[in-house]
Amino acid sequence: MRHEQHPLNEYRASTMTAAKTDEPLVRCENIWKTRGRNLVLKGVNLQARKGEVVCLLGPSGAGKSTLLRCINAIELADRGLVHVDGVPIGCALRNGSHVRLTESQLSRQRADIGMVFQNFNLFPHMSVLSNIIDAPMRIRRETRAAATHRAHELLRKVGLLDKAGAYPRHLSGGQQQRIAIARALAMQPKLMLFDEPTSALDPHLTDEVLDVIKGLAATGMTMIIVTHEIQFARDVADTAAVMSDGAIIEMGPARDVLSRPTDPRTKTFLARSLPDPQRQAV
Amino acid sequence: MSAHLALDTAETSTDMSKAPEIINPPRLGRWIGVILVGTVMAWIVYQALTNPGFQWDVVGRYLLDVGVLKGVAMTLQLTAIVMIVGLLIGIVVAVMRMSGDPLLIFCAHAFVWFFRGTPVLVQLVFWYNLAALFPAIEIGIPFGGPKFFEIPATVAISSFTAALLGLGLNEGAYMAEIIRAGLMSVDNGQSEASKALGHKPWHTFWVVVLPQAMKAIVPPTGNQVIGMLKYTSIASVVALYELMHSVELIYSRNFEIVPLLIVAALWYLFLVSILSVIQYFIEKHYSKGWQGQDDRGA
Repeated sequence: MRHEQHPLNEYRASTMTAAKTDEPLVRCENIWKTRGRNLVLKGVNLQARKGEVVCLLGPSGAGKSTLLRCINAIELADRGLVHVDGVPIGCALRNGSHVRLTESQLSRQRADIGMVFQNFNLFPHMSVLSNIIDAPMRIRRETRAAATHRAHELLRKVGLLDKAGAYPRHLSGGQQQRIAIARALAMQPKLMLFDEPTSALDPHLTDEVLDVIKGLAATGMTMIIVTHEIQFARDVADTAAVMSDGAIIEMGPARDVLSRPTDPRTKTFLARSLPDPQRQAV
Repeated sequence: MSAHLALDTAETSTDMSKAPEIINPPRLGRWIGVILVGTVMAWIVYQALTNPGFQWDVVGRYLLDVGVLKGVAMTLQLTAIVMIVGLLIGIVVAVMRMSGDPLLIFCAHAFVWFFRGTPVLVQLVFWYNLAALFPAIEIGIPFGGPKFFEIPATVAISSFTAALLGLGLNEGAYMAEIIRAGLMSVDNGQSEASKALGHKPWHTFWVVVLPQAMKAIVPPTGNQVIGMLKYTSIASVVALYELMHSVELIYSRNFEIVPLLIVAALWYLFLVSILSVIQYFIEKHYSKGWQGQDDRGA
């Protein structure tokens, strides 16, 4: 756990820990991002080892989603580097300086990183099956038969095998999100990013999606999850990182951070999020 | 309490006649309307049948006249080519406009501003008289550089090319706005999801965003095609042999103006009707995934 608030201190601390352990799958170093006049990320450091589940928590507007979107270059950081599997994301080192990649080059990097969105973002003009097999066929050059075979396997895993021919609009939010997870998994990603996967769902549908994510964690998938579900984070996360105002204010083993927070802001945040007896009982 | 309720529902479900019936109020206004519309239609039919000025025999003689059919063919050809040119220009300009690149946005703005801001008739006559401005059309480095290609403007600009340029560029400006509106109607999350899957930008545009935008693009485009079919008649001013010009040539010889205008009107009406049917099927195609009953959560 670190409590330094000065970004430079955090940076030093992270490089020191990185030297001790083996190379993490995801390494965000000193990420700065402005949007208009607002500083949304202020020198953030984040790491995820292979097979680790990291939950990003914190109040709205803390920069959690922005950080997540920088990891697969849907948004590009102004300063700082993101490495996934040792490869810098969004830029390449040329003559000693980091040069931004073209949109076409970025798409190659994104193919290895799965992402699940708050609003599912399934393609409404394609059937469920087409949603899942389109990317593997076009980007991985898989045959239709092979892609379809795996799509059916994934649909069975998320419990929606009978919906292959349906269109997204005809499915519930929970079903759509499970399809979206299957679509991301069809690309056989090294890493999965979840951007508030249950925030658009009612409590009844939230659990069916969380169960799928828990199942995925059990398979050893590396995941970074932005969520407001504290109980879920406690159950599934190895590491919890709490963000506030563009910086990570507290990070460490999920159980410690979520049960015995040290930062007063984390305490306030958890106190506001937790007292829902029904959620806690689950 | 609950037993009483259950009895109530049992009663209503077994005997419908016991439920109070609800009737519509008398629609006096509608009957007056029927009489008015009926009278007007009867008058129109009466006139069409009895007014000798219509000269239906002349209409019948010229409806399938070779000259008129040639005009119809040219009208269709010009409409098709102009719409394809307009659609391509429209896509390019709309994408430029939404690219975020200041130079491209400026160029797109300037194009739409100019070609939407000047009348088609002026543009048409202008292109037709291009030779007055540039006696020769050259491709090369401007300001005295070498020339790679040269052709006299009077040769390059025929009635057809003038009509194509005038109508096509104008249509491109209008289509750009229609396509832009369509692209904006697609949620940003769609292109983000496509990017996140690793799709290349062109794939994101052609396979994910544009097909969804088509739902908003097709109806106004159908309107544009139908408008263009009739608008091609303006090309008669540069002596292009399309439907309107073909009947003009005939009535300038035999002075049967009204029956020949009816011939043209019937053809336009017929072609527009066919286009409307085609539009219906295209709209149906692009509403895939949006139609049908909502069996949410089944």
